[in-house]
Amino acid sequence: MTARTVSAVRSAPDESGAPAAPRRSYRRGRRSPAASAALHLTLLVASLIAAAPVLWVVLTSFKPDSTVEMTDQLGPLSLHNYRVVLQQGFGGWILNSLIVAAGTMVFGVFIAATAGYAVSRMRFPGARPLMWLFLVVQMFPVAVLIVPLFVVLKNLHLLDNLLGLILVYATTAVPFCAWMLKGYFDGIPTAIDEAGRLDGLSPFGTFWRLIVPLARPGLAVTAFYSFLTAWGEVAYASQFLQSPDKYTLPVGMQTFVNQFVADWGPMAAGAVLIIVPAALVFFLVQRHLVAGLTAGTAKG
Amino acid sequence: MFSRLRRSYDRYWYAWAMALPVTLVLLVLVGYPLVMGVYYSLTNINDLNMGRTIGANHIPASFRSVGLHNYGYILSGGDGQFYQTLVWTLEWTVGCVVPTVGIGLGLAQLLNRRLRGRGVYRVLLILPWAVPSFVAAFSWRLILNSPNGLLDWVFTRAGLPAVDWLGSATGAKFSVILVNVWIGVPFMMVAFLGGLQAIPGELLEAAEVDGASPLRRFLHVTMPGLRPVATTVTLLGVIWTFNQFAIIYLVTAGGPGGATNILVTQAYNDAFSQTRDYAGASTYGVIILSMLLLFATFYRRALGRGQEAAA
Repeated sequence: MTARTVSAVRSAPDESGAPAAPRRSYRRGRRSPAASAALHLTLLVASLIAAAPVLWVVLTSFKPDSTVEMTDQLGPLSLHNYRVVLQQGFGGWILNSLIVAAGTMVFGVFIAATAGYAVSRMRFPGARPLMWLFLVVQMFPVAVLIVPLFVVLKNLHLLDNLLGLILVYATTAVPFCAWMLKGYFDGIPTAIDEAGRLDGLSPFGTFWRLIVPLARPGLAVTAFYSFLTAWGEVAYASQFLQSPDKYTLPVGMQTFVNQFVADWGPMAAGAVLIIVPAALVFFLVQRHLVAGLTAGTAKG
Repeated sequence: MFSRLRRSYDRYWYAWAMALPVTLVLLVLVGYPLVMGVYYSLTNINDLNMGRTIGANHIPASFRSVGLHNYGYILSGGDGQFYQTLVWTLEWTVGCVVPTVGIGLGLAQLLNRRLRGRGVYRVLLILPWAVPSFVAAFSWRLILNSPNGLLDWVFTRAGLPAVDWLGSATGAKFSVILVNVWIGVPFMMVAFLGGLQAIPGELLEAAEVDGASPLRRFLHVTMPGLRPVATTVTLLGVIWTFNQFAIIYLVTAGGPGGATNILVTQAYNDAFSQTRDYAGASTYGVIILSMLLLFATFYRRALGRGQEAAA
């Protein structure tokens, strides 16, 4: 397709022989001052819209109760809200979220890695249905599995239990990781596998000793992404965790803002405490995120 | 027959062994609940008749099969909310995906050129993606809060009437779409930026040498080059939005009066709010999943045909 586009475009000037002058205004990479100003203005407005809500929350987190609902007044700024949040079990929620997210991440990556490799490298009956399954299970809406999982966990006495939540999150994390990792393994040349086999490694040995080390960046990104999804999950956590000392962050934060109360100050302080580390880590890895997400699908 | 099975086992056992852990986990954690979910949708199970153990006493389950009654009831509009919710779910999906993809593509185009402060713009524009979505939902509630929220303050300063963002049906619908678009644009922008950078510069130069206007270069060189990325992110966007739970649940909780409930939050409410109607929620779940599967199948098929035509 690309070749034809080129030839079609290339053949044009011989016929038209367009004059040189009007072409100049179409040059890429050069702009009139007005175009430059418009470009910067658009980007400035967009950046403002993107950043303003975050900045507003940061500002609100320092406000006292008396002015927290007043847009044009600051009042004496202080760390009071942060103190309130930390006294209300915020540390425990963070810990719970970390446990659940890390558990989901480890479980997902370990279980999924070999399957991702098998689908990427070996032709076997069942490989295509398996890929299809990975894709479809990721599409499952919460509503399909939540009731049966609720009943199962209830019978196993795993409701209100972090391990139960990890198992629930594995339902999406495992197929997601397998899908992503398959995409990463596809990007590693098969010549490496062949070299490993010639040196007498078993297929699993090839995978474990040669491919896994090479796929480390892909493994890291996949792990990070499954961590993120588990860390911010709302639907299951809100129903399956019932006692406040088991709450994860999204559930705990609902105690500040829900149908009945709106403690904006502590909510904002909690938000800032979550945003700062989350954003720092995010910006370190985000360049790799999209490539992984779209690679699997394009090749699938 | 038997020897053929034997031979394929000898050939493939390694691959099957490597795929086994995932298959087992999916069977236990997804397959079994899915079967149970379909089964529940054919019964009248709720919190009272599901059976329970209190101390030493075991109360047996007493729910019974009702056949396809739940499906008939919901699909005939008997629960008085299905079609209303379905229409809003479609509006919500289109209303979110179209602006998200459009703005993402536009910003990617703007950023994909030599530009002073490009890095700063990029970081600022990605910021909404770096904020966990549940935090973003709470933050936007603060901003949409009326009459004392930031948005209403901006509105009144601009001489516009203040709007009851979360209290009126239209306002709440607009609000949840606004929040979801705000969260979704950075992913689209980064995906499109990657796609744009993968388009060979020579192609655009060739088009430029031939005197193609910027618009025509965009339509005939950039757009075809972006096709794979665009189809993928649109599919992802539709599925994510259709299934989006956190934003609606946390920003409006489906309110006011259920006006912003999409199918997923509706099913969730049925299962876990007042009624605890597990059977109805399971039926909703099965219906939602069937719709998504249908959509994905058609989308892939349409895509396949499109690619054949292009090739």
